[in-house]
Amino acid sequence: MKKMSIVWVPILLSLLLFVGCSSTPTSEGGADVSEQSTGADGSDANGGGASTSAASQGSEWQGDPLENPNGLLATRVIYFDFDMSTVRYDYMDVIQAHADYLAANPQVVVRLEGHADEKGTREYNLGLGENRANAVRSLMLAQGVSDNQLVVVSYGEERPAAFEHNDESLALNRRVELIY
Amino acid sequence: MKKILLFLLALMIWQPALHAELTIEITEGVEGALPIAVVPFSWQGNGSPPEDIAAVINADLQRSGRFKTLPRADMLARPTSVEAIEFKDWRALDIENLVIGQVQSNGAGGYQIQFQLLDVFRGEQLVGYSIPTTTPNLRSTAHRIADLIYEKLLGMPGAFATRVAYITSTKPVNGEMRVDLNIADADGFNSETIVSSSEPLMSPAWSPDGLKLAYVSFEGGRSAVYVQGVYTGKRQKVTSFKGINGAPAWSPDGRKLAMTLSKDGNPDIFVFDLNTRKLQAITRHYAIDTEPAWSPDGRSIVFTSDRGGKPQIYRVSAFGGKAQRITFQNSYNARASFSPDGKVLALVTREEGKYRIAVQDLESGVMQVLSQGSLDESPSFAPNGSMIIYASKAGYRGVLAAVSVDGRVRQRLALQEGDVREPVWSPFKK
Repeated sequence: MKKMSIVWVPILLSLLLFVGCSSTPTSEGGADVSEQSTGADGSDANGGGASTSAASQGSEWQGDPLENPNGLLATRVIYFDFDMSTVRYDYMDVIQAHADYLAANPQVVVRLEGHADEKGTREYNLGLGENRANAVRSLMLAQGVSDNQLVVVSYGEERPAAFEHNDESLALNRRVELIY
Repeated sequence: MKKILLFLLALMIWQPALHAELTIEITEGVEGALPIAVVPFSWQGNGSPPEDIAAVINADLQRSGRFKTLPRADMLARPTSVEAIEFKDWRALDIENLVIGQVQSNGAGGYQIQFQLLDVFRGEQLVGYSIPTTTPNLRSTAHRIADLIYEKLLGMPGAFATRVAYITSTKPVNGEMRVDLNIADADGFNSETIVSSSEPLMSPAWSPDGLKLAYVSFEGGRSAVYVQGVYTGKRQKVTSFKGINGAPAWSPDGRKLAMTLSKDGNPDIFVFDLNTRKLQAITRHYAIDTEPAWSPDGRSIVFTSDRGGKPQIYRVSAFGGKAQRITFQNSYNARASFSPDGKVLALVTREEGKYRIAVQDLESGVMQVLSQGSLDESPSFAPNGSMIIYASKAGYRGVLAAVSVDGRVRQRLALQEGDVREPVWSPFKK
């Protein structure tokens, strides 16, 4: 897994640049996930947090960009595919936005908390959660974020966001949370 | 900081018995189990006896699946001395072995327990002991008697007088979760919480002398490995490197801990010497290497690695070197541990999308799947090698289950509320 993420970083970065240039609006896949969608009962797995999708960079927002509910920085959870620790293409603009913010604010530190679903053994999932957090970290480092702004912690499957034993819950638990 | 203080406070509130009691139910037993009758023991003392010793012994034998115990209601007589036994009556009930005994109180919290195991067909004693004990040790003395009976009749030591450590948790309330590390007798009684935290606790591991537990705690927001005296409550932080500090496993001599550390960038296996506090790298690979377990002779370590793409079990010398892959059946094999005789591995395997407990014979390489759930994990051998306890799911809840190594006996251990997981069977009491 680790090997794969190393190989993928340059490819993902070039994709990232491509997304940046073409100014494609955020794809649907990435938009339906925001921090709010991780309801404890997992009921609003795909519905609740759709508000981040069409938002522009929020020219009218006056305060700290981190506080802008309509900005890309409002997305604080990156979800992953089963048993994968490569960052999905549709999260590249979110990660880019966070990286830009961190690069511009070198005093800000973010915790990257890696998580896994309940499938598989607990200690292996601790490793998987760390790989996921490190995948996000690598992308951010490549965007000019300083190493000491990023703290990686893996919780494996020990801190689930959703508690049902269905596919929606599993998907909500395979994640990296950005904690400012 | 607040959380740390809360945690310390929680530690100080030492919670004695009767929290989160486990109840055990046998779901499948062996055909041809040995018929045995455990007659209620006589009582010499004031008032009523503080513990029904015969009932504890009876429940142990019954739970093992190797014995078919006679219900008290079906007993024609309740002899408490050899002279009073009418062997032919027991033969008529097809009872092959009989246990009788007496409990004598000294009036000051001390007791003398005598018991005899008799061969009904020969009409003779197979084993008999007189054991002194005290009020808090009555149940454990009964378990020791069950061990003696088990050993005499089956030719291998019983594991009734042992304990199980396990993790329980409740769903977060207002974002606050509660996770406990508990220990209980192998029959689920006398459960005690020895660590309580609002952050995850995981991977408990008994020291070979049964006096300490190593575990992983996330108190303070990151993982660290601790070692705690089970009966003293005293604990020590062993490692708290950057990244993962996980999967502690005691060397058979109790001097070292194998563990997973990701301080160098990704999870690798290390051995930490508890006396010299020196750390030795056992694996160095960009893959996830984790879940180390020692062979009983201390010479090698098995671990989980996804260096081949998917998690499989590898074996390496306890001093490092080249690792050999040893599991080839199924695409996911993880968290292996050795049977006490070192001949068999228990592990988690994925079969048709279901995670199940399996054993693999180390010589032949043949794997046998033992459990029937879809999210079974954390297998742990009983110290006599007869059973494997593991974590399973019943509906939405985590439960504990046990299966005999031949897959013929099954038990379920249910907690009254909350989730229970990561059971680890203690070594024999020394």
